[in-house]
Amino acid sequence: MARTLTGSRIRDRRTMRGMRQADLARRAGISASYLNLIEHNKRRIGGSLLLSIAAALDVEPSALSEGAEAALLATLRQAAADRAEAAAELTQVEDFVGRFPGWAQLLSSQQRRLGALEQAVEALTDRLAHDPHIAASMHEVLSTVTAIHASAEILVAEPKLEPEWRARFHRNISEDSARLAEGARRLVDEIEAGGQRDATLSSPQDEVEAFLSDHDFHIPALEADPGAVDALLSEAGTRLASASARLIARRFLDLYAQDARALPLQAVAEVIPEGPTRLDPAQLAARFGVDPGRMMRRLATLPGAVLADRGQPPLGLVACDASGTLTFRKPLAPFPLPRVGAACPLWPLFQALSRPMMPLRQVIRLAGRSEGVFLTHAIAQPYGPQVPNREPMFEAHMLIQPIRTDPALDPAQADLPRVGVTCRICPKAGCRGRREPSIMAEAI
Amino acid sequence: MGKSVLVIEDEPNISEAISFILSRDGWHVATHSNGVDAVEAVRARRPDLVILDVMLPGRSGYDILRELRAGPETGGLPVLMLTARGQPKDRALAEEIGASRFMTKPFSNAEVLEAVNALIRP
Repeated sequence: MARTLTGSRIRDRRTMRGMRQADLARRAGISASYLNLIEHNKRRIGGSLLLSIAAALDVEPSALSEGAEAALLATLRQAAADRAEAAAELTQVEDFVGRFPGWAQLLSSQQRRLGALEQAVEALTDRLAHDPHIAASMHEVLSTVTAIHASAEILVAEPKLEPEWRARFHRNISEDSARLAEGARRLVDEIEAGGQRDATLSSPQDEVEAFLSDHDFHIPALEADPGAVDALLSEAGTRLASASARLIARRFLDLYAQDARALPLQAVAEVIPEGPTRLDPAQLAARFGVDPGRMMRRLATLPGAVLADRGQPPLGLVACDASGTLTFRKPLAPFPLPRVGAACPLWPLFQALSRPMMPLRQVIRLAGRSEGVFLTHAIAQPYGPQVPNREPMFEAHMLIQPIRTDPALDPAQADLPRVGVTCRICPKAGCRGRREPSIMAEAI
Repeated sequence: MGKSVLVIEDEPNISEAISFILSRDGWHVATHSNGVDAVEAVRARRPDLVILDVMLPGRSGYDILRELRAGPETGGLPVLMLTARGQPKDRALAEEIGASRFMTKPFSNAEVLEAVNALIRP
């Protein structure tokens, strides 16, 4: 069944305006308890009720429904791009999602599955190129075979070989054949282990993201007891099927436990300022004596209610390493993050990498039909132990927060930097960061 | 006076076998086992021919060949490349950089002899 998140959007918009639940319910002509159910996504909402709630909140109805479906729409657009020959009716994609939410979800989950399968097939087709263990074992076997072959040929071809040389080549063959036996056994192990490794076809990152989404990225068990990591992992069971996923999840949970210890929930909750414009992760980090990246992680994993109490819209977070590979993703419904393939080079996240240690605060617009406005905080900082004369490794974090702006009141909005999610489905015309043509050509 | 060859290969037993058959064939053979200072070794020894493994500790054979081809003294030096991966793209890369000949492991001694003698008579 399609999961509607319109309720969360309504709640966000309401808290952003500082409106009480009862007030909104009265203006929309429903009971507060019914609105509460809607806001917690326990009742579906559409039609005239959505219109009157939107009117009461003074927003476009599409802002409430679209955001919820932005991730779904992005996936469907990508699906259309990947199979352009099918000539899917791109202009009616919202219509399709609205009328057939279940089918749309099915198509979108199949699109994701296809992506995962394609990656798996590619990895299986060229194991030598994709699996460094197999490549190394194979190289070892071929080298040893070459050495044995060359020595044996000499022994056969030179019947009058001097005894010292003969003994020497015999010894070489004996040594190399022992290495060959070992190398061949290891190669078989690698191939078998590879078969098991590929048992699950979704990427480990996807598994971890799904696991963390189950917990809404907040893990109460780790707030009190850093030792709960093992229990959490064993509870996860098949949700974290592959060894890589368990390793990535463990790394994240360990970090979470450290963050929670350095930044106790209560203490952080108390200093969160009112409203998004006053939220400054770098300053909060200094206050607690931690690095800004840690503070960003902590803010993004606070319970939604703690943020909502201070009129803070939900926070998304994305982290990357120096290669630009996304190493952590907490997507927001209105700001989907690419699952496969690379992100948009205009993200402040990547600008931060070229200005290490400089906290960047930028308001950006997400190119697309809804043109959502987001406040971002980004910083690149070294991680891991710093060793003399060794280049430090850098990672960057970017906190993403939807903010409400009124174009009529804020004419500067047109000048905001426009970024995309990923190239193929981004409509921005004449973009200096463009890598590949978009399927969403923008009418100028 | 025979011609000289420098064998740059990190597997000592392969190096030994190749040295043996080439010496019997009348070559002056020297060996070198790592990639880092392989180019210096070539410049110092000024061999008539180089046998170069692709996978060397410290530096790839492709990088070494590039540097040799860029140098005025070594630009035209005959180089026989050895690799454990015989995929078309490896061969193409070796040709593009300017390998005189390319050979995939495992090879036979006769093949090596034939190849070096085709490149240059001892």
